[in-house]
Order: sequence, then structure tokens, then C-alpha cells
Amino acid sequence: MRIVTDTARMLGAARLVPIASAHIDGCLYHGDSGTLFAERLVENGGAVAVPTTLNVGALDLLHAGRVKLEPARQVMARRMMDAYVRLGCRPTWTCAPYQAGHRPALGQHVAWGESNAVAFCNSVLGARTERYGDFLDICAALSGRAPETGLHLDENRRATLHVDASALDPRLVNEEAFWPVLGAWLGETAGGRVAALTGLPNRTDEDRLKAMGAAAASTGSVGLFHVVGTTPEDPQLVAGGHETIQLTGAMLRGARDRLSTTRLQAGARVDAVAVGSPHFSFDEFRRLFALLAGRTLAIPFYVCTGRHTLEALDHAGLSETLRSSSLTVVADTCIVVTPILPANAGLLLTNSGKFAHYTRPNTGYDVLYGSLADCVETAVGGRLTREESLWR
Amino acid sequence: MAMTLLLPGSAEGRTLKLPSLSLWGGIDPATGRLSDPALPHCGESVRGRVLMIAEPVGSSSSSAVLLELLHAGTAPAAIVLGRADAIVGLGILVAREMGWATIPLAVMAPSEQEEIADGQLLRIE
Repeated sequence: MRIVTDTARMLGAARLVPIASAHIDGCLYHGDSGTLFAERLVENGGAVAVPTTLNVGALDLLHAGRVKLEPARQVMARRMMDAYVRLGCRPTWTCAPYQAGHRPALGQHVAWGESNAVAFCNSVLGARTERYGDFLDICAALSGRAPETGLHLDENRRATLHVDASALDPRLVNEEAFWPVLGAWLGETAGGRVAALTGLPNRTDEDRLKAMGAAAASTGSVGLFHVVGTTPEDPQLVAGGHETIQLTGAMLRGARDRLSTTRLQAGARVDAVAVGSPHFSFDEFRRLFALLAGRTLAIPFYVCTGRHTLEALDHAGLSETLRSSSLTVVADTCIVVTPILPANAGLLLTNSGKFAHYTRPNTGYDVLYGSLADCVETAVGGRLTREESLWR
Repeated sequence: MAMTLLLPGSAEGRTLKLPSLSLWGGIDPATGRLSDPALPHCGESVRGRVLMIAEPVGSSSSSAVLLELLHAGTAPAAIVLGRADAIVGLGILVAREMGWATIPLAVMAPSEQEEIADGQLLRIE
């Protein structure tokens, strides 16, 4: 509680607001300090006051040996995960809690950590959370309260940036690979501002918005965006009180180029493919299976996902399809938060704007951004295949 | 020079200026070295420096990275942000609750930060 009130004071919040739920990012091991903090909360008899889900940990608890963290650190990472469960949090271990049944209602105040989950919660669900850092999230869950500041307040949810996307090629907008690039551009351009995007299709699929928000929250500190015609909240653009940007294909091409750390031609050697940041959903698995069409893979293909999705695949009778594919499933964690990729860093292809942003600093791998179809064709052939025509 | 202290303390060190930084993904928590090849100063240690970040960005794990630096003794001497950011401040608040050494956190507008040279000795109190 003292951490919640001190943070409120630091941010100039006048009040605390009661919260309906929490999502905890602080269960990811970065070093012993976080484990000691979580265990201190347990020793002091802590128990969460609201329904609380957990973000990824540093271990894959379903696939022994998947994570190559050194043994002493695995012990501390496991102690940390255990401590959060003992505080009463649900062991969901996913960065996509909103696809694991945790969906607060429009206008509800919550305290969520994990930047992509914050962007989704505010933008797609219309619930209200500030961008909580590790530790404040659990303190809010324990006290059931959060500082009434930032995106909890009406005035900070109004758009101050208008992005007009109506001039874009509709074929490009229709591509799945467009959305992470749009997000990456938005993060670079908006920084922490709230944007209203117009000229995009109505009722855009939530996996696309999830990918967009994750990219925007990686390249910038976007915690809320409004896609007019899709997201539930009125952006309340004030005439004359905002900046307007006419989005062009050239702007997006630049953002797409910046999602890759190297320039390579078709046919270049690729060492691995990774998808699933945010965690791959059931629908995304179905699209992946359809693209794979039972073919064998020439290079490792990592799919990061939550145990809720593996259960859903099981219920749908798709477990055998997954087992018989040569996909490498990573559950409860992902390839940029803990050592999973082979140690001799090479070149990784991904369809995730968030993976594209964090892969090089966190793993040493060079990274190329492509569509899910590019990922599949490259992994089947072992050589880079990218569909470029719509981006030219 | 208008600087607002968000979290108290006094510190002195040479500035290390970055246009933007996510502590998670930007600093290796095990060594305290800047680890993003896309940023200036990559490979340099933040230990003992006054870390000036014009635009704090990105991950909510940044609090955990700062807590780890404070616990390991590899933290900067102080952090100056272009705007108030709870994620960075939390790492310091939690260190204080744990009884570990803390550092001051200040806010200074990016335009004012431009008037301070990279590497200049700066005192904060």
C-alpha cells in the first residue's frame, strides 16, 4: 500500500481508485532482486484483493529443457513464479491475458502491467489502466487500489493526434503484416500521445489490433489508441486541439525497414523463425496450420503461446496436428525474455513487431520482419522468402 | 535550468545522454551495460553516471531492471527523464522498501536537457 501511495504522490495523483482486476508483469525474472521482493510480500502475509492474472515467467513449465537459463538462475526464477502464485495470482503465464478469459468491461478501472496488455486493455476493451511498471502492479492487486492518474482519467484518454489512413492502398491494409508495421510507425510517431486512427476498416480482427498495439508499445510508450469504427471508445478529437497526419505508404515502408536490423536478398540463409509476441492465439494457430499444410520445416520455428491456447487446441482436437508438425512450442514464456534460441546468434525472421524490436538487444540475433506466410515459406525452404510487392 | 525531483536524493556524476531508452532491452541487468546496438553509448556502463533520457519508452519490465541494478550496485548515480514516468520510479521506490540504496529521480524537459553536454559533470540534490 505504501508503494501505491508513494507512486500516487510521485505522479501527483490526488486520489486512489478501486480496481476490478490486475495483470502482473513482475513475475519475470531479471535477477535475484525481484525474487526477494516477491518473497518479502509472501512473508508479510500478502494476498491479492482482486482477480489477478500472471504475465510470462522466465521458464517454460510445460516443456522441460526448452529454456537454457543457467541452473542457479532457474531456481530463482521458479521461486519467483511460485511466490506470485502463493500471493493468490492465477498461473496464466501469458502476455495475452485478454485471450485467456481476463476481459474487463468497458470503463472498468484495472491495474495491468505488460505494455502490450495495457495497450489492448485500454484500446480494444475500453477498460482503464495506466501503464503499470513491475511491482506497482502487484502492490495494486494486493491493495485493490491504484493511483487515479494517467489513463484512468477521462481527459487523458482523448486523442491529441489524428492519423488519417484513408489514402493507403486497401490491399496493403488488408494484409496481416500491415498491422504490426502500423503499430511500429505509431509508436515512433506518437510517443506517449493518444492517437485516433481513421480510414481503416470497421471491426478489425482483434489479433491484428493485438499485434499493432504490441508494436506501438515497443517503439513508443503508447498505452491507448482509438481505431475509429473498431475500438469502443469515442476518441473525442477536439477541433484545432490536435495534430493531423496523412499516413502514406512511404511512411510505413520506412517503419517496416526499421523493424529489420539487416538488409538481405531473397535466398539468404535464415537460422530460425519465431512468432507469438504477443502469445499466439487459437485463431493464429489455425492460420499457421493452414499455411503449413503438413509440410516439413528445414529450420527451427518457435511458436510462443500460453497454456490457455494449448488447452483450446486440445479441446478442438488439434493437439495431434501440433505434435506432428515440426513446430517448436514455447509456453509460459518467450524467446526474447529468457535464453531459448541456439547460443550462436544468427538471423531470425518474425512476423511480430515486438519480437522485431527486442530480438537484437535481448538475444544478439539479427532480425528480419515478414508476414506469417513469409515465415512459413522461409522455414519450409530454409532460405529467405519475402513477399515485397505490396510494400513497393 | 528547471529540474524537478520526483524522488529525493543527492548525486554527482558525468551525464550519459540518450534520446530515448527502455531500460528493459536497453540495459543488461547483469552488468549495467547499455546493450542496444541501435543506441549511442552501446557497451558503456551506466554505473555512477547521471543517466539522462529525453524520451522514456517501452516495457513495463524497466522497473525490474532498475531494481536489479540498484541491488547489484551497478545503477546510475541518478536518472533524469524528459517527462515523469512511473515505471522508472517504481524500481527506486521498491529498493527503498527493501532497505537497499536508492538514487534520485528527476524530470527535466527535453529542450532543457539539450543545454547540458554529454559527459558533463552534473550535481543533483
